[in-house]
Amino acid sequence: MPELTQVITATPNPIDLSGWTCPAPLRDSPTIVMGHGGGGAMSGELIEHLFLPAFGDAADGELGDSAVLTAPAGRLAFSTDSFVVKPMFFPGGTIGDLAVNGTVNDLAMSGARPLYLSTAFILEEGTALADINRIATAMGHAATAAGVRLVTGDTKVVDAGHGDGVFINTAGVGVIQDGVDIRPTRAAVGDVVIISGPIGLHGVAIMSCREGLEFGTTVETDCAPLSGLVQAMIATGADIHVLRDPTRGGVAATLNEIAKASGVGVTLVERDLPIPEVVGNACSLLGLDPLQVANEGKLIAMVAASDAETVLAAMQAHEYGRQAAVIGRCVADHPGMVVARTGLGGNRVVDLPIGEQLPRIC
Amino acid sequence: MKYLDEFSNPELAATLLERIKSTCTRRWAIMEVCGGQTHSIIRHGIDQLLPDEIEMIHGPGCPVCVTPLEIIDRALAIAASPGVIFCSFGDMLRVPGSSQDLFRIKSNGGDVRVVYSPLDALKIAKENPDRQVVFFGIGFETTAPANAMTVYQAKRLGIANFSLLVSHVLVPPAISAIMESETCRVQAFLAAGHVCSVMGTTEYPPLAEKYKVPIVVTGFEPLDILEGIRLTVRQLESGRHEVENAYPRAVSTDGNPAAKAMLTDVFTRTDRTWRGIGMIHGSGWRLSEKYAEFDAENRFDVRGIRTIESTLCRSGEVLQGLIKPHECAAFGRECTPRNPLGATMVSSEGACAAYYLYRRLELTPVAVHA
Repeated sequence: MPELTQVITATPNPIDLSGWTCPAPLRDSPTIVMGHGGGGAMSGELIEHLFLPAFGDAADGELGDSAVLTAPAGRLAFSTDSFVVKPMFFPGGTIGDLAVNGTVNDLAMSGARPLYLSTAFILEEGTALADINRIATAMGHAATAAGVRLVTGDTKVVDAGHGDGVFINTAGVGVIQDGVDIRPTRAAVGDVVIISGPIGLHGVAIMSCREGLEFGTTVETDCAPLSGLVQAMIATGADIHVLRDPTRGGVAATLNEIAKASGVGVTLVERDLPIPEVVGNACSLLGLDPLQVANEGKLIAMVAASDAETVLAAMQAHEYGRQAAVIGRCVADHPGMVVARTGLGGNRVVDLPIGEQLPRIC
Repeated sequence: MKYLDEFSNPELAATLLERIKSTCTRRWAIMEVCGGQTHSIIRHGIDQLLPDEIEMIHGPGCPVCVTPLEIIDRALAIAASPGVIFCSFGDMLRVPGSSQDLFRIKSNGGDVRVVYSPLDALKIAKENPDRQVVFFGIGFETTAPANAMTVYQAKRLGIANFSLLVSHVLVPPAISAIMESETCRVQAFLAAGHVCSVMGTTEYPPLAEKYKVPIVVTGFEPLDILEGIRLTVRQLESGRHEVENAYPRAVSTDGNPAAKAMLTDVFTRTDRTWRGIGMIHGSGWRLSEKYAEFDAENRFDVRGIRTIESTLCRSGEVLQGLIKPHECAAFGRECTPRNPLGATMVSSEGACAAYYLYRRLELTPVAVHA
């Protein structure tokens, strides 16, 4: 296959051909063509020679029309999320691990232990196979790290110019053990608000490469699976009232949603917020509020004050909660609203972002 | 960040507040001119910490807020034209024109792009020689040098498919207009530090003298603002009216000579209409004759677009410091950042949006019982 090798090495990220089997993968094309989504031989080759090897041990399927799963004991959590992040590759992650961790974390926020994930791809014609391979490999690694199996999937191809490289949808199922009752409506007056670590890293990492902004150091996404951290928190026996991962809209949006759902007020102390210097700097430069910047590996917990110390200790003992900190309280005042005490001692309302974050003019 | 953290120190802030309190013996009304300062005052709760005697009046220094509806409608018409790539700073996208905003144009297929520097727009023009690329050049003296630079470079490099939709406004004529208004309550000004970092401070002594008002050039971090207020109150209490510089780390008397030379070359003075305030003679810049070919209003047939402002919106009175945002009946009801009636509710530098975003807790009941 000298011709094929020649073509592939011409792409920016050459596919690692070692371990691939004949027939030659994906015919002669180093990029996605419409035929890869047609359900025929090319689709099959894409699955057999790209996706399954890239997913590695995390892949678990017989390529039927549906995955057949054994129902575990306990209640099930079920969640889905779509990923359209641009660019597909960013410091510390790719759209692939984001797609796995995103759904893993959504399941974990109800206290579930994630078990199975589906993966559906919408690929734009002309996307380099090497890029797809890199994304799928990242998904395999992320699934293995989170302890979930990739059990079913789908691939469609859209015309060049009608997509943005790769869109991914993942849906997942997890199991919730008896006695666990974590819901956004359970926040109660007196609850302590805990964040699992420094905020704003994912959003700033994406903005830095999307906008060509440099901040002196490379900011990496905090994208991580939080199911292990959540299981460690549950294992303390504490009654965890609410868990949420502050993704789009950041901590501000998440706390506002919880405050509204539970009918409590939330007060934050600005100087207790773990804002990394680089995030603070980037936000100052762009006129953004770090509380509204996205995270992909952080959670907010609301627990009774009597449980706070135990839960915080368990979080700080886990690799994804080392810098966990108490940032506020649930109060009876201003129900449905989040209010921060500023560094100078004033108060301000912390609002939901309206839509897309818009940098200020000057 | 160096020069940021140091200027937010709570202990030093408490010391400055104490000094302001001990100096202040009666009521004073001070206008901060710049929207960036308004944002900082409300965001950090500085107005809550000041003695009750000191009233901060929020001035017309938010470029998004004062850009007239007519120019917004012209921008929308250009952005909706086939083949145009319309580039803008982010916070102009949500500013409502007569019937829509740039977001709506974008969702209807218009090629509207957010850029962080006007030079990015020039780069887009270079990369798309078969498209007309227009940059929406608004703002005060602060943003003007970079906008001037794009036109200068476009001419130098022969990038003929680039043009600038200009709506620049200037601080000193606005100060005059405010002081000459019959309803003026302003007794002193915090001048906009970043404007002065470009222009220097020499335009201000004649204003301080003519209107007998203290003018203190002030920065944007909490301690900068408190120091500006402290110097202002000290002047007011001692009956002086001088220009002082409370932002010497960024502002020199002469400003930035290279930027000023560029501005003189590219722009020429013109009358400008300020949204909510009206026409102020000689209060803005347009492209000079030498660069007229890069004026988007010459390139696109939009000069015929004339519009009338909403009567419900009282942003004009807010911008002149005659009412506080929550004293408008529409505040928080018909008018929110999600459905803004006027531009002061759009940009976070606008007084109405700053009040809505950060002060709703105290202000909503006022509005409800009003």
